[in-house]
Formats: sequence, structure tokens, C-alpha cells
Amino acid sequence: MVPRFWRKIKYRYEILTSFCENCGNHYYPQREICPKCRREGVLKEEKVCDYGKVLSYTVVNGRTIALVEFDNGAKMLAEVCGKVEIGKKVRKAFRKYGEDGDFGIIYYGTKFIPIEEQN
Amino acid sequence: MIGIVSYGTYIPKFRIRVEEIARMWNEDSNAIKQGLGVSEKSVPDIDEDTATMSVEASREAISRAKIDPKKIEAIFVGSESHPYAVKPTATIVGEALGVGNYYFCADLEFACKAATAGIQICFAMVKAGMINYGLSIGSDTAQAKPGDALEYTAAAGAVAVIVGKDPIAEIEATVSYTSDTPDFWRRDLQPYPSHGGRFTGTPAYFRHVISAAKKLMESYGYTAKDFDFAVFHQPNAKFPQRVASMLGFSEEKIADGMLVRAIGNTYSASSLMGLCGILDKAQPGQRILLVSFGSGAGSDAFAIRVTDKILEYPRNAKVWDKAKNCVYIDYGLYLKHRRMIK
Repeated sequence: MVPRFWRKIKYRYEILTSFCENCGNHYYPQREICPKCRREGVLKEEKVCDYGKVLSYTVVNGRTIALVEFDNGAKMLAEVCGKVEIGKKVRKAFRKYGEDGDFGIIYYGTKFIPIEEQN
Repeated sequence: MIGIVSYGTYIPKFRIRVEEIARMWNEDSNAIKQGLGVSEKSVPDIDEDTATMSVEASREAISRAKIDPKKIEAIFVGSESHPYAVKPTATIVGEALGVGNYYFCADLEFACKAATAGIQICFAMVKAGMINYGLSIGSDTAQAKPGDALEYTAAAGAVAVIVGKDPIAEIEATVSYTSDTPDFWRRDLQPYPSHGGRFTGTPAYFRHVISAAKKLMESYGYTAKDFDFAVFHQPNAKFPQRVASMLGFSEEKIADGMLVRAIGNTYSASSLMGLCGILDKAQPGQRILLVSFGSGAGSDAFAIRVTDKILEYPRNAKVWDKAKNCVYIDYGLYLKHRRMIK
């Protein structure tokens, strides 16, 4: 479990997307090749901005999981802390994802907060 | 000129009122509110801890100053509620901020004054030419045993201070006063701290805060009149009020920093949260006295002078607005948020 999480730290803590210089699209998680341009694509790493909007959401075991689109078009599936509706603006936040029992490591990553609930 | 280049704060949005806690223990809430001068305290969300709040406060500090995170070459996190007993919080913060891998880093622990010690270390490192910018963070999700007097004030919050050259507030001088005084402690592997009751007052808080402040003034030739604002560590509202009057500061000079009234004692973030409340409105040329207190015990005193650079520095959202923007929860939810029930 530890190495599996460690490999994801880079793009869970800071949201890094793949930007294709050929088609101008952003992808999250990062890709090896551009899904649209395939071999013609030229990918480089780019950070997303802090804000996005909710495209859709579902509630699983009391947790709200939303598909959030960043202003640059990259999409991310993550938990939203607070009440949400489709189209609502959200801000990214650094939160705990969970922990591996009482003895294991603590998982951190990016979640979202509805804008009017941010503080 | 070396000092505070930027600052950021984070206060969780949840609050619990003193009345709600007093209801559980059949205590007189009015007497408690009067005795402490605190009416409610901040409570973290279930997925928030010292590391997450540190990151949020630091991100605000970095974005306000528009500093390239890679130029931050030292990170110190002061807390008494680090998520791990062994494994630094500061590395989690460094990774989330994207500072790269070449940076000095350590977690600090000195009860509620670890972050002002971090500022002193950053100040010295910038002065020595070892780093461009240093980040010192005070962050705590304070623990309190249910039913203990601490439960009314033990709150959560974080402050991040970036120290460097060309500051918005120059650190003119700093002095520390330290002694072995066991007024408040938490033994290894114990979930809640213990304290010496009234012993936390005169021999601990007052002796250290006053000794550090007086030494700073004597050594550098200041009097109380030289300071436009003063901020002291805030375990409750009464202690800083009393120490202010003992040192010759009026109620007006401390009012802007008295965040404890709205959010309780944020431990390692407490005195710095007050400093940020003052920096949010201070004008160039104004001087601030900051004195932290950490049980065990010690105080760090600072003379801080606001520079012209603060006029072009973005100071929204203000700390007091963050303190007022809140959602109240009951005792059951409080226990869940603090993970006392799972």
C-alpha cells in the first residue's frame, strides 16, 4: 500500500495535468500520450488553477463524490466537503483521504469545497 | 531589512458554543464565558488535521506574495498535534506546496510557541544568507479531555508566515525567555494533555510573557508607548488582557488581535493568528509587540514594524471575516469531528 500511494502523491497533492500543445487540451490524471492527437500530441506538465465547477455528482456512503471541471477543461473525480449541486463553483482544498488503520500511513490529497462555504 | 514577507491563515468553518459543552457537564455556561472571555471555539472537519490546515494557510501566504514556491528553502511546522509521532508534517506541506526537494525542513514542538521559534530560525537563516525565504507554520487541532476545563477553549487553526528580505513587516528585534516550568504537558502515547490548573498562571504564562517582553524593551530601548499594537498568546481572553495591562498596554492596542474571543485557543497558531488580525489593518510605520508563550515553558518576544510594502500587499480575506464565517455544530458532531467516536 505504501509505494502505491507514494507514486500518486505528486498528482494528488498538487493537481498536475497533461497539456497537449498540439490540440490545446488538458488531461487529468496525466497521460503518456494525448488521447485525441495520439502520436501527434506534444504533452507537457501543467498545474491547474484553484477553481472548478461541478459537472455531476453522486453520494456514496454519506460522501459526496463529484466530477469537477477546472477552468482549463481538465476533469477530476474527487470528494466535495459540503452541499453541492450541478454547476456549482468549487475550490480545491488539501484534506485527508483516509488512513491505513491505526498503525499505517495517512493518505492526503485534493478535495473540493463549495465556494460559498469556503473560509 | 528582514521580516515577514507574507502571511496566510486558516480557520476551520465549524464552531461549538461554550453553552453546548457546558450542557454536557451540567456547568454554568455564563460563569465559564465570563471566566474565560471565550464564547465559542473552532472545530476541524473530520478530514482536517495539522498537516491539511498548514497547507491551506501556506498556500494563501504564497499566493498573496506571488512567490515562486521553489524559492522557499526552509519549512518548519510548529504544533503539538502533529498527525504522526514519527514522520514529519513539514515534508507533507513541502510536497503539497511544490517547493521541490532542496529545502531545510523540521517539525518543531514547544507547546504553543513552536511557530514563533520557527520564525526566529527562519530570520536567522535569512540573515546568515543560507536561504531566500523561510516558511514557519503554527498549526494545531488541539486536544482536550472531555469534561476538562481545556475543552471550552482547545480549538483548531493554522498560520503560515514567510520570512525573507524586503518585508511587509520588519522584525526589528527578538528575545526569548525560557525555563523548566511544568505547567502543561502530554506524556508520550497519551491522547490528552494535563495541566497544573492555577499553576499555569503566575509562574508560567505571566512570568514568561512579562520577562520576555521586558527584556526586549530593555535591550532595544523600547517602551510600551513605542508600540501601536500588542499581541500575546491567548489561552483564554483574560490572560492576554491582564498581561497587557501589567505591561502598560490599553485594551485598544490588543483588541484587533484578540481572535481567541471568536475561535478559542488555536495553540501553536494562537499568538500568530492575533498578529495576522493586526497585520490585516496595520499601516506603514506602526509597530507591533508580539509575545508568544509555550508551556514547559518559554516566550518569544518580537518588535515588528510595518513597512510601506504593506500598502501594495493583498490583505483579503481578513482573519476576522474568516472567524465570523462559521457553521455551528452540537456536541455529538463535535465528538465525531474530533474522532472521539468513530
